Amino acid sequence: MSEVKIKRSIVARLIPWLTSLAKKGPSGWMVIFGIVVVLTLVIMTMIAPWISPYSPRARVGPIRDPPSVQLPIGTDPLQQVLTRIIKTPKPPPSPQFPMGTNHLGQDMLSRILSGGSLMLQISSLSVLVCFLIGVPIGLFSSYVGGIFDRTVSLVIDAIYAFPGLVIAIAIAAMLGPGVVNMALSIAVVYIPSYFRIVRSQVLSIKELTYVEAARAAGAKWHTILVRYIFPNVIPSIVAVATINFADAVLTAAGLTFIGLGVAKDIPDWGWDLTDGRAYLSSGAWWIITFPGLMIILLALGFTFIGEGLSELLNPKLQR
Amino acid sequence: MPLLEVDSLNVDYRTVRGTIHAVEDVSFSLKKGERLGLAGESGSGKSTLGLSLMHLVPYPGVVAKGHIRIDGTDILKLSENEIRFVRGRKIAYVFQDPMTSLNPVKRVGEHFVELIRTHEPTTSKEEAFERAKTVIKNLGILPERINDYPHQFSGGMRQRIMIGLAIALNPDLVIADEPTTALDVIVQAKILDLLENLRKIYGLALILISHDLSIILERCDRIVVMYAGHMFEYASSTELHRVPKHPYTQGLLQSIPNIELSDQKLAAIPGSPPDMLNPPKGCRFWPRCFYAKKVCHIKEPPLIDVGHNHLVRCFLYSEEGASGE
Repeated sequence: MSEVKIKRSIVARLIPWLTSLAKKGPSGWMVIFGIVVVLTLVIMTMIAPWISPYSPRARVGPIRDPPSVQLPIGTDPLQQVLTRIIKTPKPPPSPQFPMGTNHLGQDMLSRILSGGSLMLQISSLSVLVCFLIGVPIGLFSSYVGGIFDRTVSLVIDAIYAFPGLVIAIAIAAMLGPGVVNMALSIAVVYIPSYFRIVRSQVLSIKELTYVEAARAAGAKWHTILVRYIFPNVIPSIVAVATINFADAVLTAAGLTFIGLGVAKDIPDWGWDLTDGRAYLSSGAWWIITFPGLMIILLALGFTFIGEGLSELLNPKLQR
Repeated sequence: MPLLEVDSLNVDYRTVRGTIHAVEDVSFSLKKGERLGLAGESGSGKSTLGLSLMHLVPYPGVVAKGHIRIDGTDILKLSENEIRFVRGRKIAYVFQDPMTSLNPVKRVGEHFVELIRTHEPTTSKEEAFERAKTVIKNLGILPERINDYPHQFSGGMRQRIMIGLAIALNPDLVIADEPTTALDVIVQAKILDLLENLRKIYGLALILISHDLSIILERCDRIVVMYAGHMFEYASSTELHRVPKHPYTQGLLQSIPNIELSDQKLAAIPGSPPDMLNPPKGCRFWPRCFYAKKVCHIKEPPLIDVGHNHLVRCFLYSEEGASGE
């Protein structure tokens, strides 16, 4: 948590930290599981160009014919079977395509491997934006108090009252496609959570004696806010941020699913869901199952980290 | 010129349920190097008085009337930025609860460095650290522990660190607000001795706030006895000990256990302090006073000088009261 520690090698520190977490019981294990899942997915996405068997965009497998060429039902049964085998998305598993192919003949495994990159970019950017906007507003508003605080809280609560996905869709539709726009529209939904948690924490911390003592020692108000109050709010922000990450992943998937995402040529789990949906009725379950699982896995990883951390960092829940 | 002059100070808490006059018409002065004790029960306004001396009365408190002069300047007229250089540099405050008085995420040394560099921005970090080490050594704490976090210290050590922070900039006045209430008896004596030693070394004036009259009698030159926001008695500690004038002070002194009289029954003052939203009319002590007369119910007694710089707020010593029933 302190800047000194970050200076050392991340990996060298991560392993002893994980083992110390394991000693803290179930919530420690939750955090470890989450970190392992998220890290695996991040690394997988990063090295995807080197490990994926095909290009995620290349047509490597059989594709479904346009409807006009398709044989009418009721013709030669053998012909029908042949058509199914050759002319439809290839089902898994096969040594050539372990996760099958989609309707465009693209290899699903390759698409899965690299399809997380957009989602990770969007969700991390949105969490960053939330943090950079929600936390300072919360700190300042709560510390200043009075009418200013009440006004800001009212505005933020108004945003909070909206259903998250609806407001994200509205903003994303307004801003148009693109990673930054997506991240912004998701950030708007989650800024209130940061604001509220920070505000409530500051309300209690600013009454503590050491804040009073700092004031009695002649500290400036912004020194008190940044050096005395903010560091003591960080633990609760960390917990919110990780859970927020999971929500951001799901919202990002939701936005791409309804077509508000980014350009279609970039492999993305959300897009694969949209595309594969049309072929589910014809039995091609694998086109949407694998991307769906990946999204769940990523969200689950973040949720585990967040829930575990909030349990570890909350002294009231500790036994 | 006295170091500190408090002149008819009134502090109100303006709550939704009504205005509480937490401190009313308090005047006293303090010379350089002098020790003043503020004694009184909980809620008597002694902490509010202490905080108002740094213009730090918490919301919704306001200084309604009066002057607080430090070296002749009225601190109530200073801007928020100007007053920062009074706080910490001229007056330092030691809070009651050492367990929460230090920032839990900062090392002890950083507290010192930040304090020193707030008031002396030209001091380098290393220099400030060295100074912190000398201060800590004077407190009887190993200098190398400067890099420890507050939770690694005991309550007594933390209070010593708080005192160290208070004297680090060599202020003229230290206000110690019940510095030993949260500590056990043995540590209490040590902390008070430390405070006394440092006071002698640095030549600072001390305001000791306590509900324990025996501590104040032992450690202070002059004493203000507070009750329900009023200054009841103001005298030197020897005078107060020898001839307490106010019935309340007499009651307080009788309620101090005496080790030599083992079979003595402790004389407690019956009743409890008044509700500050609806204080009794007249003298605020009359419902609990053995000597209460008719005039006490009606009129607020004035501060009466009974000689030897001894002020007392009681009708027993005025013409008006003597003639009453």
